[in-house]
Amino acid sequence: MNEIPGTERVRKLYRTMLLIRAFDEHSGDARRAGKLRGSVHEYIGEEAIATGVCASLRRTDYISSYHRGHGHCLAKGADPDAMMKELYGKAGGVCSGKGGSMHVADFSLGILGANGVVADGVTIAVGAAQAVKLKKEDRIVVAFFGDGAMNRGPMLEALNWAGVFDLPVLFVCEDNLYSDRTRTGSVTAGPGVLARAAGFGIRGETVDGNDLLAVHEAAARLSSEVRSGRGPRFLHATTYRWRGHLALDKGLYRDASELEMWKERDPLVRTAKWLSSRGIAAAALEEDRKAAAARIAHSVAAAESAPWPPSRVLFTDVQDVGAPA
Amino acid sequence: MTAMTYAQAALIALAQEMERDPTVWVLGEDLGPEGGVAGQYAGLQQRFGKTRIVDTPISENTIMGAAIGAAMCGTRPVVELRYADFGICAADEIVNQAAKIRYMLGGQVRVPAVIRQPMGLRDGMAAQHSQSTEAWWIHVPGLVVVAPSTPADNHALLKAAIRCDDPVVYMEHKELWTVTGEVDEAAAPAELGKASIVRTGTDVTIVTWSGMLAVCIEAAEELAANGSRAEVIDLRTLWPWDRETVFASVAKTRRLLVVHQAVRVGGFGGEIVAEAAEQLFDTLEAPPRRLGAPRVPVPYSEPLETLCRVSRSDIVAAALSMVEPRRPGTNPS
Repeated sequence: MNEIPGTERVRKLYRTMLLIRAFDEHSGDARRAGKLRGSVHEYIGEEAIATGVCASLRRTDYISSYHRGHGHCLAKGADPDAMMKELYGKAGGVCSGKGGSMHVADFSLGILGANGVVADGVTIAVGAAQAVKLKKEDRIVVAFFGDGAMNRGPMLEALNWAGVFDLPVLFVCEDNLYSDRTRTGSVTAGPGVLARAAGFGIRGETVDGNDLLAVHEAAARLSSEVRSGRGPRFLHATTYRWRGHLALDKGLYRDASELEMWKERDPLVRTAKWLSSRGIAAAALEEDRKAAAARIAHSVAAAESAPWPPSRVLFTDVQDVGAPA
Repeated sequence: MTAMTYAQAALIALAQEMERDPTVWVLGEDLGPEGGVAGQYAGLQQRFGKTRIVDTPISENTIMGAAIGAAMCGTRPVVELRYADFGICAADEIVNQAAKIRYMLGGQVRVPAVIRQPMGLRDGMAAQHSQSTEAWWIHVPGLVVVAPSTPADNHALLKAAIRCDDPVVYMEHKELWTVTGEVDEAAAPAELGKASIVRTGTDVTIVTWSGMLAVCIEAAEELAANGSRAEVIDLRTLWPWDRETVFASVAKTRRLLVVHQAVRVGGFGGEIVAEAAEQLFDTLEAPPRRLGAPRVPVPYSEPLETLCRVSRSDIVAAALSMVEPRRPGTNPS
């Protein structure tokens, strides 16, 4: 599991990253254009983490995600058509148009939900791991969350919990330096993310989250440790979100130079360079980019032309006992 | 039928469900050694092991969050939150997650969890260990809310709650733990959403639940001695509540009094009274009424706490004010 994946495998992961980039370039633009509603959190700049981590997982493994969740769903294999319809609030959306961007999830792929409450997906993830253990299933659970979550009580409870019950969970902190619009370092005490995990006896690693191969290698190592029953592990992936906290946030509280510096570390460009060094022609990589753009254009067209959900679904799936009349 | 306490009845129901279904498990504080606050888990960890009767850290957010994750992934967790007041610590997970996940995900997954949070006044537990918060949960779409008032119901309703595919807030009453009653251990699960007519009458319908049932029965006896026949309905399930039984009774008695231990303002009595007023206004012979606690935190001192209790005489007086002929221009409340 730990060796560098072959060129074709990396190229496949590169295509996943391109798909995530194209999906969120559109979702952000569509929100700013007023075609989408509510909160849309773009994952642009962080694609290597979801892609590298999910590449270390099996289809049957569970993941929990958070508000910036499009990338995790796509990396786990969700259908971009059903996801885009969900963002458009249309019939055929993966959540029937009732969840939207912040709750997009395909449960059949083990996705326990994007989540609108910071760190709540993490407590759900440790519970999923408890179910896995109780049922003696061969699965692991990955909890994705941001650096902002590290300051919420449930996050710290969940780390302790995973340690106490020795659960098969890989915690993945996507450290993009900002908690909503506040620089995380300015509101965080202590020596850092990994030290907090260590305080609960959870072994972890820090990785360059903009380096697909490094993320994949670390995630493969840690997830195989989790899978072998050695308890929870923690992956701290450093990265940067190119956009604001959400599509309508211009991110003006940040230095332009900071963004430019991180754009030079674009995980897609770095992966493309690696592929070039392995003999993949520039034209082939450009074809990949065009294919991703076309795939998302298809999803957008399908979403835009899809019908609205019928009114009756307002009242479905609330509850069985005491359902709305 | 066997005589047993309300706590024992729940323990037996839980053990039966755990025997029947290996995916049922329990998480909460002090379940193993202590057997729960009221002994309602006594001996279960020895019987079912530490992986199914799980002693947790004092982490209400994660107790509830973990139960949700585990419920989504094919198990049926029973959450013990010790006091309804601590249910508030887990309110985010209950309201924002458990109640909504099925809906938010378009019906892809369900959250079959039982959330036990004993409520009510008991023995001077003061402001943070005495609250009756049922109305908070009834207000949240997605939740079922159950409040058993007898040992037999704590047996049959807990079984039903564990088998329910929706998240169920299960509110036992702390003053009932030691109350004894006859229980059929082989009883089938109760049907959720069905009230029971505990005492029949023709003059006024008293709707109540949980710890107030016994007081309402006493009040009905006193009323009977005075020549007024009260029908007493125990709702048992608060969401959904049994409109059919309540409305049929009110149509007969033409008077409705709702009695609960929770604060009267914003309490569930207001909802029942409003529904009855909307549906049955023309048949009512007196304005419907509700009795509950004053809108104050629960005080410690016994005489002060007693002032927060709806008493038998409060109920009798309220019922009589409705039953007695009204003088023109007077308002009974």
